[in-house]
Amino acid sequence: MTEKCVFDVPQSVIDRATHYCPGCQHGTIHRLVGEVLDEMKLREDTLLVSSIGCSVFLYNYLDVDAVEAPHGRAPAVATGVKRARPDNFVFTYQGDGDLASIGLAEIVHAANRGERLSVVFVNNTVYGMTGGQMAPTTMVGQKTTTCPSGRCPESQGLPIRMSEIIAQLGGVAYCARVAVNTVKNLGQAKKALRRAFEVQATGQGFGFVEFLATCPTNWRMTPVQANERIAAELIPYFPLGVFKDAPKEECA
Amino acid sequence: MAERIFIKGNEAIAHGALAAGCVCYFGYPITPQNDIPEFMSTAICEAGGQFVQAESEIGAVNMLLGAAAAGKRAMTSSSSPGMSLKQEAISYMAGSELPGVIVNMNRGGPGLGDIGPSQGDYFQAVKGGGHGDYRTLVLAPATCQEAYDLTIAAFDLAFAYKNPVLILGDAILGQMKEPVTAWKPEARSADEAASWRLSGAKGRPKRLIKSLFLEDGALAGQNLRLKEKYERMKAEIRFESFQCEDAELVVVAFGSIGRIAKSAVRTLRAAGFKVGLFRPITLFPFPSEALAELARQGKRFLTIEHNLGQMVEDVRLSVLPHADSAFFGVMPGNLPMPDDFEQPIRDCLGG
Ligand SMILES: Cc1ncc(C[n+]2csc(CCOP(=O)(O)OP(=O)(O)O)c2C)c(N)n1
Ligand code: SF4
Repeated sequence: MTEKCVFDVPQSVIDRATHYCPGCQHGTIHRLVGEVLDEMKLREDTLLVSSIGCSVFLYNYLDVDAVEAPHGRAPAVATGVKRARPDNFVFTYQGDGDLASIGLAEIVHAANRGERLSVVFVNNTVYGMTGGQMAPTTMVGQKTTTCPSGRCPESQGLPIRMSEIIAQLGGVAYCARVAVNTVKNLGQAKKALRRAFEVQATGQGFGFVEFLATCPTNWRMTPVQANERIAAELIPYFPLGVFKDAPKEECA
Repeated sequence: MAERIFIKGNEAIAHGALAAGCVCYFGYPITPQNDIPEFMSTAICEAGGQFVQAESEIGAVNMLLGAAAAGKRAMTSSSSPGMSLKQEAISYMAGSELPGVIVNMNRGGPGLGDIGPSQGDYFQAVKGGGHGDYRTLVLAPATCQEAYDLTIAAFDLAFAYKNPVLILGDAILGQMKEPVTAWKPEARSADEAASWRLSGAKGRPKRLIKSLFLEDGALAGQNLRLKEKYERMKAEIRFESFQCEDAELVVVAFGSIGRIAKSAVRTLRAAGFKVGLFRPITLFPFPSEALAELARQGKRFLTIEHNLGQMVEDVRLSVLPHADSAFFGVMPGNLPMPDDFEQPIRDCLGG
């Protein structure tokens, strides 16, 4: 009987150990990105803009051309890349500190201009790389090294819901929030990612997918506890779903 | 026959960029350089390129970084407060060895300052400006023709050295109108020739453009490679030397102030004074050796700048131990006349 391979490393993913902590979902999300790039046959056309944070080394794990952007500026760098090479597939991969804090202006304006880009936004409610400080997405009451008694909305505001903001902007063709905490959600996350990539490939506009993700290390949890927190705490405040799926509004 | 056009210095830079094959321009409004984005908003699109009015100077310069990574000839322009915002990305471009042209039409500072001419950004331009150990090539035009010519040179230099190139002008140069002979360099497609550019990993290993070097000794290696590159840039040194041969006193001044000082030198020459003008055109690399040679010949020096004294430090480093340099500074907010420089020059000659 001949053996049939049913599961393998995607061609777009380099088969090597990652530097992520155990239970970190950056690796899972990388794999989904690789699978979708493969399925859409985009690997050879892809230009990745990597950002600052734990995922800066994404370029070591994906077998695609890549450039590193300053903290928060990936959407502007990607705008330049895409304007220079409109025939290539361009995407950014950004954490919540990167996209929702320092880079808020860049993401809002790239989305609003309807740049033909795809954005993979990984929301783990904390600054991972710098050691677990408060992020704009940190949950009320969540303890971090810069809000040691828990985030207090009175002095620190409420967690920012980026997908809801992005979906309002005219240039956006697709915007969704997903999670990879269950097999079912994983399947839906991949569908959303594919759709976000498709709206770029078909020139319809800007595609955005927010992933709710774990950071067991800075949440001070085991990988299993961290995964359970997604369903128990994060999804009720950051609802999953498609917030927009419509072509970019064209000028008259 | 080459076309003669009557344009502002700002427009000369924009025309020069298009002649040099610039296909992407990213800008953000700030006085006194708005003619550049305004011109580009139609001209570069008509030429088949891309114009983006970015959300900020930070956005604009990072778009430049992206287009440069894609191997395209691209430019951004701004003025002083905007240049401060661009410094982070310029440091990243230097660290990642990316070519790009950045124009600063220097206005008065610090802070919001004023919108008049100044040379207060000399240190920022020539000493790195952003974080880390890096340099950018800096070109300082004094006429609209030079603004055109040096912009064309800037693109070639940026690609030759894979390094950001700054054009440092001011409100005088940006706003004055002069006839310019428009010429076109030989067409070259820098983008498709570049072996480092990002274009998609089709039939070749993937490429990576980065400035993060964490492995043991990797950053040291990169910084030493960059140092070696900055040394090689000395081949690009340019300056104007006017009646310096028999001069007792050499006036050192750059950009618009260099041009105004030249008028003062001419007047004083006609009156029999032995004075010359040395005008650095590349501010980095600085024409130190040429100044040192004049110092060895026993000449004395007066540096004139539109600031509290910045380039004078480089002049002194160049001419020591044979000579020193006196300094005369005009403050921003004033548009100096050649007459303003005559007395300080006479004082130096008499002393
Ligand atoms: C201009 C600038 N400010 C601050 C930093 C430090 N820094 C590095 S990573 C990071 C936070 C990243 O957090 P996030 O985007 O949430 O990504 P994660 O590490 O959680 O994946 C910060 C603040 C930097 N590199 N550059
Ligand atoms: S610190 Fe958090 S985000 Fe970073 S690798 Fe570890 S688990 Fe992942």
